[in-house]
Amino acid sequence: MNIYWESFKTFFKIGIFTLGGGYAMIPLIEEEVVNKKQWVSKDEMLDLIAIAQSCPGVFAINIATFIGYRLKKERGAIATTIGTALPSFMIILLIAMFFHQFEDNRIVAAIFKGIRPAVVALIAVPTFNLGKRAQLNKWTIWIPIASALLIWLLGVSPIWIIIAAGIGGYIYGRVVV
Amino acid sequence: MIFFWLFVTFFEIGLFGFGGGYGMLSLIQNETVEHWHWLSSSEFTDIVAISQMTPGPIGINSATYCGYTAVKNAGFSMPMAVLGSATATFALVLPSLILMILISKMFMKYMHTRTVESVFKALRPTVVGLLAAATLLLCTRDNFSTPTENLWQFCISCFLFAASFYGVKVIKINPIHMILFSAVAGLVLFYE
Repeated sequence: MNIYWESFKTFFKIGIFTLGGGYAMIPLIEEEVVNKKQWVSKDEMLDLIAIAQSCPGVFAINIATFIGYRLKKERGAIATTIGTALPSFMIILLIAMFFHQFEDNRIVAAIFKGIRPAVVALIAVPTFNLGKRAQLNKWTIWIPIASALLIWLLGVSPIWIIIAAGIGGYIYGRVVV
Repeated sequence: MIFFWLFVTFFEIGLFGFGGGYGMLSLIQNETVEHWHWLSSSEFTDIVAISQMTPGPIGINSATYCGYTAVKNAGFSMPMAVLGSATATFALVLPSLILMILISKMFMKYMHTRTVESVFKALRPTVVGLLAAATLLLCTRDNFSTPTENLWQFCISCFLFAASFYGVKVIKINPIHMILFSAVAGLVLFYE
């Protein structure tokens, strides 16, 4: 079978079966790509995961591009990337096309009134989990506090905050360490 | 013109969206709700809920949904809205594609140097701040109502927020189950 088609299909399957976002994909990607197809070794995979996590962009897309490139350079990367994005794209497009018609339905309206505060809580939880993982101390705790206040109260775009943090980290790495 | 701005905006989100799906939410929320007003605060929250319950990365899901809704809200027909969702999704994916190919080609050996690692080290606590800001910016009238507007909805919303936070953070209830519980609560308590 054509390798482009096969890699496309593999990542399409990964895209369909992962619920709950990027990190839930890792075991499935490992199973397909490392164990079954043996496109990359287990050690290589760990390295790719670490790099894909630190880089910007959608984690699943980053991983898919990496593996596609390993297989067949640019064209392989395009095949796996489209494969990963396509299932979500089609499912959400269908929902977007038909959701409007139910929005004003009283049952749907009541359900979403209940869901919204829960979703805000779902975003609040990873704030604390990530904070714990970043191992904030009494100096670094000011970085998230200052960024949050700048965005929330002064309306600064998060993009500027990220650029500033990146430059700050670069200077710190060059000068201090 | 809206297609051009959709492309630019989601390209930026793809380029600067650090910290996985949730880390990216702050950027998406800021651009689509606060800056461009393509979506209302409650529409954005609905997308996050739908993204949680459907397969696929949250970034792709919200780009697709937002591209469709933005073009539709601007008064275009359905095929144009489909084109809008394709534009936004393509724009979000493009920076990843370019960046990962470049890293594979030539920068793999630099990824573990001290300089690169200190940049990532500074970004980690920043993403925490971005998420905190996204949470605060979503505490709006759209999502919670207000004590003067609808005291009953406001109190129940605050309770559902607290219960979901406790449920997911402390008891470790699956987020998808938590959304389903609050959907039932909403149906029972808010149906009128």
